[in-house]
Amino acid sequence: MPVVRLRGPLKRLAGDLAEHPIEGSDVLELLRELERAHPALDGWILDERGLIRRHINVFVNGERGGGETAVEAEDRIDVLPAISGG
Amino acid sequence: MTELLLGTRKGLFALDGEPGGRFEVTARAFAGEPVEYALRDPRTGRVLASVTSAFYGPKLWYADDPAGEWQQAQGVELPEGGDAALERIWTIALGEDEQTVYAGGDPGVLFQSRDGGASWELNRGLWEHPTRDAWQPGGGGLCLHSIATWPGHPDRLAVAVSAAGVWLTEDGGATWQRGNEGLVANYLPDDPPEGEIGLCVHRLHRARDRPERMFLQFHGGVYRSDDAGQRWTSIADGLPSDFGFPLALDPADPDSAYVIPLTADTDRVTPDSRVRVYETRDAGASWTARGNGLPQEQAYLTILREAFDWTGEAAALELYFGATSGDVFGSPDAGASWSEVATRLPPVLSVAATR
Repeated sequence: MPVVRLRGPLKRLAGDLAEHPIEGSDVLELLRELERAHPALDGWILDERGLIRRHINVFVNGERGGGETAVEAEDRIDVLPAISGG
Repeated sequence: MTELLLGTRKGLFALDGEPGGRFEVTARAFAGEPVEYALRDPRTGRVLASVTSAFYGPKLWYADDPAGEWQQAQGVELPEGGDAALERIWTIALGEDEQTVYAGGDPGVLFQSRDGGASWELNRGLWEHPTRDAWQPGGGGLCLHSIATWPGHPDRLAVAVSAAGVWLTEDGGATWQRGNEGLVANYLPDDPPEGEIGLCVHRLHRARDRPERMFLQFHGGVYRSDDAGQRWTSIADGLPSDFGFPLALDPADPDSAYVIPLTADTDRVTPDSRVRVYETRDAGASWTARGNGLPQEQAYLTILREAFDWTGEAAALELYFGATSGDVFGSPDAGASWSEVATRLPPVLSVAATR
């Protein structure tokens, strides 16, 4: 089963768990399921349009991915804030 | 003791102090995050803050103590599955009904809470207004930044959107009408089409004791309405510039208004390198410069639309404004004299004063 990995405030909102094994075939599906399992995350990673927020980066096995990136059973998905700000 | 809640680019700052003196920072929350606006609801003591994380999007929070634990408010979002996302909450305003609070934001949206700010609902009348497709954002986005309640009449409300003009409701937000007659936009052709909506209102306030009177700082223009926002009359004569953002009133005097002019839309700093607040006590027929105690040389400040607030009234009116320079100034005597309240803060986005 793919594992979504969270840090910082996202981890705290997700029951203070860093690793979340979730069934799904692409990144968006995993993130939607993650929100359903942890409603406190609602709106923090995905906006109302269902899109990954502009300054949130998703990596699949260390490679930059997006919502439509396919995932497989052994994949690890890191959800991280981007390097930005001022 | 007066409390100032300052929204800054780097967090919320709570300051306490006596009018006329320097204030001390007593709490900082949301360190590093832009806090657009924060206020304390004197009815409940609750503090509400609007925070837009660059990463996690806009959220509203509430707490009993700014130094204490904050709770995320629920329902501050647009309908899921649509083609728009909430960009920012610009302002928070207290309603006439006990426990009613409003919030305005980008893209031109109004939210209402009936439980003091814990849970919120989108105002559908404005969101689904048939003209919405024609609404255009100003430089700061499509921001609903001003919410003017009507004392004693919770169903009457005026809101202002940059750059979609003034909107009025008399049925609690079920239906909305334009309130733009008389506003002249110097960035539009001389003969704009009838019903033009692209009007860049910068700030709007209602006179407490004469609620059909409102004052408005425009993107080039200062106006007054005596008919609850249906028609507007220019009152900019006598000001060094008709451009600016913030506006304040003395609640005890419906003929009063204060503005802080900036040089021009192409040069958004205080004119002539000095800082002066302009006061009218005759509904805009004349203006008096109030600069006693404010920087009068080599000062190029920018004061944003929500960074000017007041508490008290009449001779005890206290006025406070913050600049993007991180300096905050206050007057304990209705603008007659001013002094530094705080300095070297992050850029100030908003000021809310309570006593």
